[in-house]
Amino acid sequence: MGSFMLRRIIYVIPALIAVSLISFLVIAIPPGDFVTRTAELRAAQGDIMPIAEQDAMRRAYGLDLPIMVQYWNWITGVLTRGDFGYSFSFNLPVKDVIWPRLGLTVVLSVASLLFIWVVAIPIGIYSAVRRYSAGDYLATFLGFLGLAIPNFLLALAVMYVAFAWFGMNVGGLFSPEYLEAPWSWDRVLDLLNHLWLPMIVLGTAGTASVIRVIRANLMDELHKPYVTAARAKGKGEFGLLMKYPVRHALNPFVSGQNDIFVEIVSGGTIVAIVMGLQTTGPLLLDALRTQDMYMAASFILMLSVLVVIGTLLSDLLLAWLDPRIRYQQG
Amino acid sequence: MDNLVEIRDLTITFAHSVDVVTGLDLDIPAGKTLCLVGESGCGKSVTAKAILQVIDHPGRVSGGAINLRQANGAVLDIAATKPTSPVMRHVRGADIAMIHQEPMSFLSPLYTIGNQISEALTLHRKMSEKEARAEGIRMLEQVGMPDPERRYDSYTFQLSGGQRQRAMIAMALINQPRLLIADEPTTALDVTTQANILDLLAQLQRDSGMAVLFITHDLGVVAEIADEVAVMYLGKIVERGPVKEVLEHPRHPYTRGLLASMPRLDGDFKAPLKAIPGMVPPPALRPTGCSFHPRCEWAVAGFCNMISVLETELGNDHMVACHAYGPQAAKIDKHATRTPAAVAPAERRAESMEPLLSVRDLHKHFPIRSGFFQRQTGAVRAVNDISLDIYPGETLGLVGESGCGKSTLGQTIVGLHRADGGAIRFADGEHEPADLLTARGATAKRLRTDIRMIFQDPTGSLNPRMRVRDIIGEVLQVNSRFSAGEIEAKVQALLSKVGLSPDYAERYPHAFSGGQRQRIAIARALASDPRLVIADEAVSALDVSVQTQIINMMKSLQAEMGLTYLFVSHDLGVIANISDRVAVMYAGRIVEIGSTEAIFRNPRHPYTEALLAAIPGRGVSKPRDRIRLGGHVPDPSQQLVGCSFADRCQYAQPACRAVMPPLEGTADHRFACIRADELRLRTVTGQPELVGA
Repeated sequence: MGSFMLRRIIYVIPALIAVSLISFLVIAIPPGDFVTRTAELRAAQGDIMPIAEQDAMRRAYGLDLPIMVQYWNWITGVLTRGDFGYSFSFNLPVKDVIWPRLGLTVVLSVASLLFIWVVAIPIGIYSAVRRYSAGDYLATFLGFLGLAIPNFLLALAVMYVAFAWFGMNVGGLFSPEYLEAPWSWDRVLDLLNHLWLPMIVLGTAGTASVIRVIRANLMDELHKPYVTAARAKGKGEFGLLMKYPVRHALNPFVSGQNDIFVEIVSGGTIVAIVMGLQTTGPLLLDALRTQDMYMAASFILMLSVLVVIGTLLSDLLLAWLDPRIRYQQG
Repeated sequence: MDNLVEIRDLTITFAHSVDVVTGLDLDIPAGKTLCLVGESGCGKSVTAKAILQVIDHPGRVSGGAINLRQANGAVLDIAATKPTSPVMRHVRGADIAMIHQEPMSFLSPLYTIGNQISEALTLHRKMSEKEARAEGIRMLEQVGMPDPERRYDSYTFQLSGGQRQRAMIAMALINQPRLLIADEPTTALDVTTQANILDLLAQLQRDSGMAVLFITHDLGVVAEIADEVAVMYLGKIVERGPVKEVLEHPRHPYTRGLLASMPRLDGDFKAPLKAIPGMVPPPALRPTGCSFHPRCEWAVAGFCNMISVLETELGNDHMVACHAYGPQAAKIDKHATRTPAAVAPAERRAESMEPLLSVRDLHKHFPIRSGFFQRQTGAVRAVNDISLDIYPGETLGLVGESGCGKSTLGQTIVGLHRADGGAIRFADGEHEPADLLTARGATAKRLRTDIRMIFQDPTGSLNPRMRVRDIIGEVLQVNSRFSAGEIEAKVQALLSKVGLSPDYAERYPHAFSGGQRQRIAIARALASDPRLVIADEAVSALDVSVQTQIINMMKSLQAEMGLTYLFVSHDLGVIANISDRVAVMYAGRIVEIGSTEAIFRNPRHPYTEALLAAIPGRGVSKPRDRIRLGGHVPDPSQQLVGCSFADRCQYAQPACRAVMPPLEGTADHRFACIRADELRLRTVTGQPELVGA
């Protein structure tokens, strides 16, 4: 097990190097940079930016250096000083912009994931055990509905209902008075008050697919010989269900969790824009549009790291759940 | 009453109101072993599950009674008890326990065996985890699990097949049930392990006085373990009586058929086996009248197919359900027999003939990788220095326990593994002899059509998305010498050759039964007109009567097409019947090779003796006469010094461990044992026979 874990953790290192390089190159290689964007914007306002000034600006930001040198400078800064470079459009160090946003993204994503589990696992088990019952059909129907409705549309509808019928403050993750306030107990409560709407919106599609996964896997397991064997021992039906088939059906579910997490993190952008959430999505979109390269590269890097860590966690969880993996690849 | 369970008029119904079991009467006597025998599809397992009320959806008990005499003397009708009721839950596991065929799938791999054993205990008795553990370890010890303390915390995949079955027996017996239902508990095991498990069950039964309902299709096992036998066909008991009565004086034509299709190990091994024609029909198509009549050689048209049978008592507790013994017995001629299709004996090889295939010093090692960098840290020596010859037109049987490398040898010859050393020379007399390991290009292609393989599992080895025509014709399409019309004609011819209707070519494999699929697999192997066919456990997954049909067919195809077989099997009865010569393999080496007569009647290697002794049902009942192999095949990743069998051999001496015994003897019979000349080994009949006879 130790060797297995260690090997999995070490596999992460080359993945992270590749991810950081690719996320930087994707931003840096296309023609044009932040300076050309700025010049274009100024030109649109009738203010022509002289070539000399543009070059001076490039030198100041280090944009005239070869790409690999830029990458090296950036990544060594990230690794040694936690310095993610400088955001041109915010005129702030990237890390000052990115951390609060990233924190909220993680909180929202994890909340959505928990919501999916709490809702989908019991429904999935119910659907499998009472297959082809009215309840199963209802769950299946709602599940397909959840899969089919685009998230942003659902976001709009839910916001309208919450605002028009319940008079709730919708949009954003904080009420206006807490937006810039320092962290306090009240601010946390305020966050929780706002969190549940986007959590449901982001979780719906995932819930639907998890119900399908659990239902399908559990139906395969329900009539396996070991279930008959346990029943023949005299075990009660509920305990039997939980100890054997459900536990067996969890494997494919756990390995699928990472995909759902990725979907929540990356698919949240449109929802975040619609609902005005202070997560990474809208900021990343802006950074890409203005070619604010360090900002964009840092975001992509951090999100990729989240995904890599998520994969690692689900692998380790799988090994913890399934002794066959633990003992045979040790 | 003397009976622990009395089943009366039991009917079990599946979806679309198909009755799988109809009006079954069966008594399970207290303290005795009752064997329930029949082919698969006869309803044996579902009857057993009905006793525990654990039939899978959509099956259900739809009529009749299952009366269980409880410990306090009260009678409980299980059939009238709700499956999920606490009463029923209490019966399960505590009064009646069950062991199953495949411990690998009937035990969960996610929990330790200790967890699953002690669970059975704590469900029925209040006790602390510590007490349950102590009790579980004690039980494991009682069922002969080596190192029970450590094995208690093992997972199923860390145990061998025999150990898993012992774990399952421990789980069933930990509550000291009064009835143990054993559903084919030894079918998936090696013959040597099977012998040990049967001994264990017999001993546990004697010690505890419990009743055993033992389900099997193997009449050899019945002879070994049963007090009474009930033969089941299509949901009904057709014959029942004390074991000696039924096996020695079988009355029902079905019982007679089952006995006749068993390969015989006394007398002439090669005598053609008589198969019961056809197969068990699905319950939905149950024939009218006597349901056995379409396969019965005594059947009288207009009578057996019209009038349903009644049970007839013959005295001596012997019951039979056949018109031939009923009130109208005069109508039936009990001497009517269908003569089995005569199998022309295959041409015997001339002594001077050149071998078709000669294997020399063949090695196949699989690397073991471990540690952080997955470096090769050792090798599994699956095939270790093997030399043998196969002559044109003969059948060479290859036997050994699982894990001895016999399948790897077959797969290496056919080219599925790349050998690590040695040579395999193929000389068909028409082309230049070629070495399989170095052949390239056109020669390699020709060899692939000349040497073909039949696999064990006919379900897994046929692509479910391909039509039978494409499955059989694929090898011809690949070789592109044939037009579509030629291929079509050839496929039709092959199908009729293996006894299937030519219009089956359009169907997909799922439309066929196991026996029919194996026929398709054989047709596929024969499509390229091969010279050598390697049959890897080709009949092991089949029912005994179907097995006999396939063996007979393979024999007649051999005579007709001049085929040569390498027949890999763990079943010594089948090997004796089909083989001209037999090679016995152990731990990657051949320990004895010779003519079938020599191997079975004059074994010279102690391992061969032990394999023969493990064949069930040969009437050797005195325990001191028994030879039982403990342990298992040595770990093939260890480099062994000396004889690899020494650790399990009752004749082993220090000298055995010093030097690897060479394979010596005459050209017709060679063996690898340094004590071969001084030992008097027992033959297949259990008698010591003259060495050198």
